[in-house]
Amino acid sequence: MSETAIKLDYKKGSIFIDKVQALLPDGGNLNLCLTCGACSSGCPATELSNMDPRKFLRYAAFGMDEEILKSDWVWMCTMCQRCVYVCPMKIDIPQLIYHARASWPREDRPKGILGSCDMALRNDSCSAMGTPPEDFQFVVEDVLEEYREAQPEFKDMEAPIDKQGAELFINQNSREPVTEPDELVPLWKILHIVGADWTYGSKGWAGENYCMFLADDESWEKVTRTTTAQAEQLGCKTFLNTE
Amino acid sequence: MQDPCQIVRKSYGDPIAEDLRFVVKSIVGEENLIEMYPNKSNNYCCGGGGGFLQSGYKDARLSYGRLKDNQIQTTGADYCVAACHNCHAQIHELSEHYGGGYQVVHLWTMICLSLGILGPNEREYLGDDLKEVNIFHPETAM
Ligand code: SF4
Ligand code: SF4
Repeated sequence: MSETAIKLDYKKGSIFIDKVQALLPDGGNLNLCLTCGACSSGCPATELSNMDPRKFLRYAAFGMDEEILKSDWVWMCTMCQRCVYVCPMKIDIPQLIYHARASWPREDRPKGILGSCDMALRNDSCSAMGTPPEDFQFVVEDVLEEYREAQPEFKDMEAPIDKQGAELFINQNSREPVTEPDELVPLWKILHIVGADWTYGSKGWAGENYCMFLADDESWEKVTRTTTAQAEQLGCKTFLNTE
Repeated sequence: MQDPCQIVRKSYGDPIAEDLRFVVKSIVGEENLIEMYPNKSNNYCCGGGGGFLQSGYKDARLSYGRLKDNQIQTTGADYCVAACHNCHAQIHELSEHYGGGYQVVHLWTMICLSLGILGPNEREYLGDDLKEVNIFHPETAM
């Protein structure tokens, strides 16, 4: 368990961890670590980029902000929360990591995530692939028509968009409508067979939200509000995220 | 079967993991579901979450997923059911990258296959062993 001794520089002060603690309920328990290592031993990101969750938290507690704020490891943690689950003190390390992501200048964050978020901001679909609402509608209607004809047992099957008052508001990962539309159909069939009253929305139909992964709170909120506002406007009772 | 972090640990916990098992066992038969350990709320993430798929750190992402790939290969199962889009994409890539050769399927595919309503063009992720099984309207194959 021994690690090379590190020299502490308290002059810098542990500004970052204090800031995050102030934001989290109960401070995210961030100062309760027993250094037991349970988090790191079960974290699949341990050792990537020479980092692990316990080490990350230690650095933060020692005020070594530079070490953690410049580490690209924050993009290799998946926010899976297994470390929180196994931690005896329920310390919310992924929240600390999330805020470290947010401290990166936006333009320096990973291009793929950034690009997917910016695509989602392009139009009301909120799709990471930038697909506009009319393209989504075209694909859904086209595929539905084709299957109603080809498989007459499903001639009454529906795939509604903006159905007022539907029970379920369902969103859809962009990959199916954009790259493999036939894969939309099994879900529709199941919903048809069980008699579900459901709808997609013309706005906010896309299930993925890369702005959240980007730690861009403002854009994340915009995407989420677009889709929930559509569900509310349609009077849907249950929001189902298939992502 | 994969327990998606987002659905299980981070949202509904072990009760929904049990629900998922009920569905999967109903489809494939109780004796054909082989568990990975740890599982349910204590499951290892596959490495597809948190934006990792789009982050550009591909080598790191595949190393992260090694643990999951080992778990799956240890079961010896031919199929991994992944009821989450991110899991599906990542585990599919893990199977190819590490040469495990197992198939990775959406839950909806398995449900429709078991109900006999899965058409010939809805089988993108089935392996050769199931591609031709119980095809709904085979004449519509494209
Ligand atoms: S599991 Fe919790 S208490 Fe143990 S080292 Fe990790 S953060 Fe600290
Ligand atoms: S949330 Fe991040 S640090 Fe915690 S176990 Fe998952 S990948 Fe590791």
